[in-house]
Amino acid sequence: MNFSEVFKQSNQLCKVSPDGKYLATCVQYRLVVRDVSTLQIMHLYTCLDQISHMEWSSDSLFILCAMYKRGLVQVWSLEQPDWHCKIDEGSIGLVSSRWSPDGRHILNTTEFHLRITVWSLCTKAVSYIKYPKACQKGIDFSRDGSYMALAERRDCKDFVSIFVCDDWHLLRHFETETQDLAGLEWSPNGCVLAVWDSCLEYKVLLYSLDGRLLSTYSAYEWSLGVKSVSWSPSSQFLAIGSYDEKVRIINHITWKKIAQFEHPATVESTKAVSQVTNFVSLINSLLLPHLDEICSLPVQIPVVKPDPDRANPKIGVSVLAFSSDNHYLATKNDNMASAVWVWNMQKMSLEAVLEQTSAVRCFQWDPRHPRLALCTGNTKLYLWSPGGCVAVQVPTEGGFQVHSLNWHCSDNSLILLGKEQLCLCYMETDEEDK
Amino acid sequence: MPESSLVKDGRSSSVEYGASPLRQFSQSSLLLHRNSYMLGTFCTEHNVQQCLSHINQEISSLGLPPVWTESGNSSELNIVAVLNCMYDLIQLHRRGLRTLESMEVEQLKSSSNIDHLQLTITRLKEQLELSKRENTGLLERERQLQLKAKSLQSCLKNEKEEVQKLQNIIASRASQYNHEMKRKEREFNKLKERLNQLLVDKKEKKQAIDVLNNIGRADGKRSLWKTEKTEAKHEGEMYKTLLSDYDARQRELVLENAELRKVLQQMKKDMVSILSSRKPAVKSDKPEHSGVQARSEEEEEEVFDSSKESVELYCVHAREKLTNSIRLQWRRLKSHVERLDSQASLVQMVESKDTDAVPQETQEEEMDRLKLEIQQCKDFIQTQQQLLQQQLSSPCDEETASLLSNCYMLQEKERLGEEWKTLEEQRKIFERERKNFTEAAIRLSHERKAFEEDRATWLKHQFLNLSPFADSKKTPLLKSKSAFLISAETEAPEKLIKCHSDTASPTPRCVPLASASTADLYRTLCLIPENSSVQPKTNGEHVEESSMFCGDVFVQHQQWEHSEDHTPSQEKNSSI
Repeated sequence: MNFSEVFKQSNQLCKVSPDGKYLATCVQYRLVVRDVSTLQIMHLYTCLDQISHMEWSSDSLFILCAMYKRGLVQVWSLEQPDWHCKIDEGSIGLVSSRWSPDGRHILNTTEFHLRITVWSLCTKAVSYIKYPKACQKGIDFSRDGSYMALAERRDCKDFVSIFVCDDWHLLRHFETETQDLAGLEWSPNGCVLAVWDSCLEYKVLLYSLDGRLLSTYSAYEWSLGVKSVSWSPSSQFLAIGSYDEKVRIINHITWKKIAQFEHPATVESTKAVSQVTNFVSLINSLLLPHLDEICSLPVQIPVVKPDPDRANPKIGVSVLAFSSDNHYLATKNDNMASAVWVWNMQKMSLEAVLEQTSAVRCFQWDPRHPRLALCTGNTKLYLWSPGGCVAVQVPTEGGFQVHSLNWHCSDNSLILLGKEQLCLCYMETDEEDK
Repeated sequence: MPESSLVKDGRSSSVEYGASPLRQFSQSSLLLHRNSYMLGTFCTEHNVQQCLSHINQEISSLGLPPVWTESGNSSELNIVAVLNCMYDLIQLHRRGLRTLESMEVEQLKSSSNIDHLQLTITRLKEQLELSKRENTGLLERERQLQLKAKSLQSCLKNEKEEVQKLQNIIASRASQYNHEMKRKEREFNKLKERLNQLLVDKKEKKQAIDVLNNIGRADGKRSLWKTEKTEAKHEGEMYKTLLSDYDARQRELVLENAELRKVLQQMKKDMVSILSSRKPAVKSDKPEHSGVQARSEEEEEEVFDSSKESVELYCVHAREKLTNSIRLQWRRLKSHVERLDSQASLVQMVESKDTDAVPQETQEEEMDRLKLEIQQCKDFIQTQQQLLQQQLSSPCDEETASLLSNCYMLQEKERLGEEWKTLEEQRKIFERERKNFTEAAIRLSHERKAFEEDRATWLKHQFLNLSPFADSKKTPLLKSKSAFLISAETEAPEKLIKCHSDTASPTPRCVPLASASTADLYRTLCLIPENSSVQPKTNGEHVEESSMFCGDVFVQHQQWEHSEDHTPSQEKNSSI
């Protein structure tokens, strides 16, 4: 495992291009593009204000830099560094900005979500989409980039519009049976759209691509409902994490629950747990092969009771992540924030509970192998795979606190982001034997 | 027996006593019939004296003065004494009757008392029974009520808990609603402020996009107009994706179904075979299983049928038939296994047929065989391990060990070293040559520049000279040029062909030349090999010409030279 030197970044904006060759980072109002393998600076662009959001286009040729305060979006080209494009939203303000899947249109959401402006970089044409909904996840593009689903709200009713990304033609527009739509997500095969209600009502609706309602799922009434939703990469399962600290798995044939994962404070039965790993007492070292402490059961996981008077309580399953080969699901329960639970999707049982010294800030699966990387805000990087786990200290002077991490799409390397710094970690290929 | 009316009534006995005539009765029966009211047969003429003495005795026993004394000579009775005696007797008798009456009365009283008491006893007993029953009834009710009270208490507790839970839910929902309300209010306020600001602000910044130049679409195609055709196309594509997804899913499900059906069929066949193999044993063993036999025959038929009609299993009925038959078989198998188990647990008698003991025996044999196999394999592995160990840890001192370990490689290492040396030498040579070439190229470029300038001026002069006398001078020039041409052609036809191709795409400098006359061009070309000071190899000529007509000279030079460098070195490598 090799670590690169530390570079500066601001705002946690650091992204690898979709083709995996370049790494773009933002430092205040500058955009720095480096080559991933040599980390040499290839291009340096200067924007007009501090960059709030940065995104690569899907073909890795353009980078979008959005400055929300000034209402500006600047687009830079990698092939022609002197090409420039500036979109000024004027007095209408800018709240979010993103690429379309074809990499030639930019969707800007105005302040107060008044409308979405679709700017075309090919024709300089403008289209408007009215009444977008301001919710947790109001826009989603299908994985192949051909359709866009948008949540709308008119006359106190929720609607979903499906657009064809080719020419922004409105394919379907239908009302949903939700009280207050909180989010929508396409299945990876692009044929089913999962729509869920706000936390006041547990309701997950499944719509087909042509707008038909396939099924409704509601586990219980009255208590706070859905907190997070995730599709498995094969579109076979839909995992729903809720405020009652449980994850329910829905299958794609009958759209009924086939499994329920609970997160009790005391992990007891040996059948359920095959490996409880306590990173707490791992020794600090750079290369640590397979040193994990398997605790004797039953294990008590520290629970933090949330304040009952506050809204959006810190309880319930807030993060769900499937591994890329569909075999594992990693979950985090907010009132046991220092533990990450790994479930085996083939046996539908608990595989491991990874307990850390402090609250887990970020975890992500390797896009190619069943390997989970997580960080807790200290100077260590933790890796788990079915064969074992490793804790690695990031070797920088002055301490590098890992706040979040991102896997490179193909290169077997990790990007670690600190508060104002970033560092790359290259895995050695023989670690695949784990 | 003398006829006598026996009157047992006490009251009227005295009257009847006197009224009835004396009767005769035997003396022997006097004593016997003393208690009965036999009248008149006591005294006869013969036994007067006896009777008198007897009566005396009796009267004296009663306590009365005697009636007759024996000492008197007179045999006549003392009548006064007799009358007194009779009066006394009558008084006694009356007294006796009175006491009898009073006793009878008392007896009646006591019997009525007894009756009364008995009645009260029965009444009280009934009452007691009633009250006991009531008591048990009440106890039962109390118990039931206690149970009910307990259940109600637990219900109450549950309800309280639920109420608490609902209150918590309500509280959390209320806090969530409040939070949302506040958020919306904040946003509303922001909107109001912004609206105010916009109304006040005269200068409205419009939306604008400023692009240097339009970029092409990602897929390189031109965008289409939005027409009905495109809309229909989009719908079509959408349905296509959906259909392909359903298709794929259906295919998977069909495959899965087929697999499962195969497994079920296999299971059924196995079960049927197991059960049918028991059939002859069953026949001899227990004749009451004739029913099973009949059924097993049916099973065979079923098996045949299902194998023929495998295709028809796609319909619902056939599917149900299959599953039902499998369930039936499974039940039979289960019962059979249970029977076997119970038989096995009994004492293994000689009477029990071989068939029952066979499965156990075969199982044991199998187990033994498998264990033996395992042992053999383990031994084999161990021997292998030992051999390996011996190989690896052969006893020899370190020097010889190190020597031996390297001996296989020694020759190759030496060869490698030699080759490495030769390669190094070659590399140095190539470096030197490359340096020379670069220097030559640099020199060439300088000279070429100078030459270009000369040529340009010369050509200018030529052109200026040529214009008025084009016709007259051209032909002789042409002739000479043609001569040159021919010679040039024979020399290096490649060069001219190259020039042809190059003139097709001339550089800005060459344009005016081409328009003037190609013949001049040829001449200048032919002049070059004669005029140039440098005498490079044939390869160098190629370099020069290509460089004249192409833009980036230096790069071309380098390319050529590098290719030249590489080709000979490649040849050398292949020889090794």
